[in-house]
Amino acid sequence: MYMKNTMLFLGKVRDSLRDLLPVVLVVTVFQIAIVQQPLPEGVSLVDLLLGLGFVILGLTLFIQGLQQGLFPIGENLARELVGRGSAFWLFVFAFTLGFGTTIAEPALIAVAGQAALMVGEAGLIDNSESARAGFALNLRIVVAFSVGTAVMVGVLRILKGWPLHFMIIGGYVIVLLLTLVAPSEIVGIAYDSGGVTTSTITVPLVTALGVGLATAIKGRNPVLDGFGLIAFASVMPIIFVLVFGLFRF
Amino acid sequence: MEILDTFRSTILDVIPIIAIVFGFQYFVIRKAIYHLKQVITGFVLVVVGLALFLVGLDMALFPIGEMMAFQLVSEEFLPALSEGASRHWSHYYWVYLFAFAIGASTTIAEPSLIAVSMKAGEVSGGTIDPFWLRVAVALGMAIGITLGTWRIVTGLPLYWFVLGAYILVIIQTLLAPKEIIPLAFDSGGVTTSTITVPVITALGLGLASNIPGRDPVLDGFGMIALACLFPIITVMGYAQIAQRVANRPEPTT
Repeated sequence: MYMKNTMLFLGKVRDSLRDLLPVVLVVTVFQIAIVQQPLPEGVSLVDLLLGLGFVILGLTLFIQGLQQGLFPIGENLARELVGRGSAFWLFVFAFTLGFGTTIAEPALIAVAGQAALMVGEAGLIDNSESARAGFALNLRIVVAFSVGTAVMVGVLRILKGWPLHFMIIGGYVIVLLLTLVAPSEIVGIAYDSGGVTTSTITVPLVTALGVGLATAIKGRNPVLDGFGLIAFASVMPIIFVLVFGLFRF
Repeated sequence: MEILDTFRSTILDVIPIIAIVFGFQYFVIRKAIYHLKQVITGFVLVVVGLALFLVGLDMALFPIGEMMAFQLVSEEFLPALSEGASRHWSHYYWVYLFAFAIGASTTIAEPSLIAVSMKAGEVSGGTIDPFWLRVAVALGMAIGITLGTWRIVTGLPLYWFVLGAYILVIIQTLLAPKEIIPLAFDSGGVTTSTITVPVITALGLGLASNIPGRDPVLDGFGMIALACLFPIITVMGYAQIAQRVANRPEPTT
């Protein structure tokens, strides 16, 4: 038993390593063959290696934890709620699932932190630790709210059978119109937040919900409808963050 | 001490989703959770893992992106300028090459992409080759972030690029075989993994901070967005080519 678990764990470590290896390889080749300079001041090789160790270990434990805790319950809940056929609880679940998974998304924590740092240095908000933390949290809540809304709208679309591509194109048009009026400081942050939501936690659970729904309803295609939720989840944050920028800056 | 702070904040990050699943389980579905002990250990692992990842993020992933940006645009590294000449965007060719290499290499080996492309191959009945599909996604990602670095160097507005990409996506959606469309949109999400996002973000911000005349807030973001959009275009493009090849009449032997 103990042996088996150790082997499984090592297998997971290898998966995380495989994610990281290309980055390390490309950076090392560039350092040795092209840059050919000592590391810049303030960067120590020991810290980099130690940090990469933390990244590997952290990501491995994180994914292991998701697979044995959150994913099975989340998928089971999605199935049960679809089976009950209560539209109300389905919507509540869709919204809260999108919100909750996005708040815990590591890539979003990373990008929101950097955004707050840059906005603080540019003097758009107070450049203090607490003001930056507040901005980063606000941004994450706005993005999480938008993903919640996106998953809810996606569920509504599957129930009603509305065509997906018209809604995506509609979303694109709204994004472009809002870009014209939103402050230019928020545009880059907004567009990037659309990409980070579709990452480690959100995709598996939201896809499970979509596929479960599409399988349960006659005449729906699981592949086509299951994915639709993710497509919404990457357009909606752009819209919400642009609006957030309108009010915030 | 810093680690303890990170721990405290990750607990707060994970609380909403825990409250949601347990709330639904006990108040809406009203059923006990199977393997409760295993589930609770799972959530503990999520918190510990996320905290360690965030510490490593600050120690390694951000510094790597910043360092590469700093070194590749430093004056000693760039080609020497003749008296009074100004920098041309083509001087930054190593930046573009680095971006392309990072984009292509991280995507081609991505485990979830390998799984998705195998499945797509089966579903298509042989029209779609899993290997070339992966190449298409990796190429899209690489083009996306290379264009992203070029945009930062030149300072052109991001929305021109996004608008252009949107128009291409819409045209492609109308022309490409229907079965590929969901897969194409999905592949946009696959490219942005938890490891690549911080490195790319730090690279973009580092470039915008170190290139004269660029502003991190205005110019530094946007690479992730382009990295998500271009795979959609290349995958639909590949599907169209694959379909045309498959429909070509077999030469009679």
